[in-house]
Amino acid sequence: MNAAQDDTLTLYGEAFASRFLLGTALYSSPTVMQEAIRASGCEMVTLGLRRQNPASGDGDAFWQILRDSGCRLLPNTAGCRSAREAITLAQMSRELFDTPWIKLEVIGDDYNLQPDPFGLLEAARELIDQGFKVLPYCTDDLILCQRLRDAGCEALMPWGSPIGTGLGLMNRYALTTLRQRLDVPLIIDAGLGAPSQAAEAMEMGFDGVLLNTAVAKAQRPALMAEAFAEAIRAGRKAHLAGLMQQRQTASPSTPTVGQPFWHRDGA
Amino acid sequence: MNEITLRLNDEPVRLPAGTSLADALQAWHYADRRVAVAVNGEFVPRSGYAEQLLRDDDRIDIVAPVGGG
Repeated sequence: MNAAQDDTLTLYGEAFASRFLLGTALYSSPTVMQEAIRASGCEMVTLGLRRQNPASGDGDAFWQILRDSGCRLLPNTAGCRSAREAITLAQMSRELFDTPWIKLEVIGDDYNLQPDPFGLLEAARELIDQGFKVLPYCTDDLILCQRLRDAGCEALMPWGSPIGTGLGLMNRYALTTLRQRLDVPLIIDAGLGAPSQAAEAMEMGFDGVLLNTAVAKAQRPALMAEAFAEAIRAGRKAHLAGLMQQRQTASPSTPTVGQPFWHRDGA
Repeated sequence: MNEITLRLNDEPVRLPAGTSLADALQAWHYADRRVAVAVNGEFVPRSGYAEQLLRDDDRIDIVAPVGGG
C-alpha cells in the first residue's frame, strides 16, 4: 500500500501524484468539463489554441475553470501539419499560458491523424533548443521514439490507436517493445475508449495515460473520469506488484495434499 | 490616406498604412484579450507589438485558448 502511495510520475523533474492526464475538448458544457476534471483527480490538462474573433468572448468561462482547477496546463499543437507551424504555435502557447510545457503534435495524415515522424523530430529538436519541455505525441515506432529521446525529450507519448477511435492498444508488440527498450516515462496518448484498456496499458508498465474523447463523450463524463482514474490506479498497482507468468496448462491453486473423497477407480 | 489590405484570421481587413500591430490590436478590440499573435506565420511576442509595423498582404493570426486533447 505504501509503495503505491509514494509512487509518483516524474516529468521533467516535476512529480505528479496522478498518472491520468485529461483533455478539455468535446464536453457538452464547461460545467460538465469541470466535473470531469474534478472526478479524474488529474493534475495536468491539455488545451489548445485556435483563431479567435474578438466578438466571441466564449472562452472566458472555459479559461476560468481551468485556472481554478489548479491543474498544470499542457497546451497542444493539434492540427499543425509542419514543424514550422508547430514551433510557431508552441511559441504562442508559451507566452499565452506562461508555460514551457508543450504537447507537440505534427500531423502527417488527415485520415488517421497519424503523427508525421520527420516533422515531429525536427520540431522537437528546435523546441528543446528553445527551452521547451516537450511531450511529443508520437507513433509506437521504436526508432522514432529513440530519436525523440536522444533529442532531449524526457517523456514520450505514443498512441494506443488513432485519436478519437476508442480502439485501445492496437499494436501490443510495438508498445511492449517500447517499454522494454526505453527508460524515459511513456504515456499512452490517444485511442483509449474503455477503462480496461487504460488498466492494461498501466499493467504493461506505461507511466501514465492521456485521454479526452472517452470521458467527454460518455453519457456521464464525471463518472467515466472516475472509472478511468480507478483503472489507471489499479493497473499501476498491478504493475508494481508484478503480474504472474501466464502458462498453458492448469495448475491447482488449492493444495492437493489432504484432498478428501480422493478419487479411486470404480468409486 | 494610404490604406493597406491584410488578412486577419484569413479574412480581408483594411488599415491605414504605417499602422503598428499594437494599434491594430486596439482597433480590432483585442487589446485586453487573452490572445497570442503571429504575423506571416512567425510568432510576435507582446513586447514586439508596438514596433511591428504592418504591411500590405501581411497575414495576421490571432489565437485564444480552446478545449484540446
